[in-house]
Amino acid sequence: MTDAWFDDAAGPVVRPYAMTRGRTRPDARLRLDLIALVTADDDALERAEHAAPADHRAQDDAPGHPVHPGPAGPTPATGFAPEHLTIVRRCSGDPQSVAELAADLDLPVGVVRVLVSDLVTAELVRVTRPVPPAELPDETVLREVIDGLRAL
Amino acid sequence: MAFGRSEPGARPTPAPTALKILVAGGFGVGKTTFTGAVSEIKPLRSEEALTEAGRPYDDLGGVEAKATTTVAMDFGRITLSASMVLYLFGTPGQDRFWFLWDELAQGALGAVVLVDTRRLEESFAAIDYVERRGIPFAVAVNLFDGAPTHPVPTVRAALDLDPDVPLLLCDARRRESAREVLVALVEHSLRTAAARQHLPAAP
Repeated sequence: MTDAWFDDAAGPVVRPYAMTRGRTRPDARLRLDLIALVTADDDALERAEHAAPADHRAQDDAPGHPVHPGPAGPTPATGFAPEHLTIVRRCSGDPQSVAELAADLDLPVGVVRVLVSDLVTAELVRVTRPVPPAELPDETVLREVIDGLRAL
Repeated sequence: MAFGRSEPGARPTPAPTALKILVAGGFGVGKTTFTGAVSEIKPLRSEEALTEAGRPYDDLGGVEAKATTTVAMDFGRITLSASMVLYLFGTPGQDRFWFLWDELAQGALGAVVLVDTRRLEESFAAIDYVERRGIPFAVAVNLFDGAPTHPVPTVRAALDLDPDVPLLLCDARRRESAREVLVALVEHSLRTAAARQHLPAAP
């Protein structure tokens, strides 16, 4: 009986990818490495909070009003999830790597990638590109690493 | 570059350069201990949920089986200077998550392969992988208490290592020891980078 699996009967629906509205891939133009560093602009938190319209939340709370997920794809106009704001907050002082954010938020890396890519699209955070894949960093960088390690 | 678009306004606070080193080796060989010994943060764990599609024709008679596997990575961080941060990633012990290794390996400075002389074969897969990918690596023999220690040349021969691959003895619990291994690895990466530059362009 498939009829039995509607609404509440289907069980808890807030799985990690629910907060990405089912999207499992970030914006295709972004390839967010595990060590890509995410930095939030000074006024990013304020702007992110304003970007979450109140009517979105009211709709969620309306009894008997099923919430339909929005269309796939970054649509920041529909507001940010609390996790988006947490990421902005974490990245406001020191830059944080994607891996650190995933560990701090206790979310799969894939989810964090989608959330960060939303924030990049909304121009709330900046992401540094790590070393190009399949390339070793140049000798100057390697020498700096050796010096840094020796000085520890 | 796509990332250029993500810089609104004129406030270019330069983010440090992020670099990574893999810490590989078999199960229970001390990867997390090694990472924790040099990391300035308690090793963190991040997880990637992977959905594996079942084989198209399997014993389930056409039922598409899917299993979600959670793969964990342990990692640590070392701030080398104001402009440079080094991340250490402990690779998952299970060989079947090779696709995750590929992502971890991209752009890595090199890899430390930890071995336990009591179970050398546990680290064969890691050595195979980094050799095949051409990732510069150093082998560190983790000296567990009471582990029978073999002379370095014996271990080198048993692992069939190229003569230029650094092989060190270490105590993964000690910060200085782990640091020495990292220095030896990056020196090896530097030699490899220099050698590649002087070669004519070849795969």
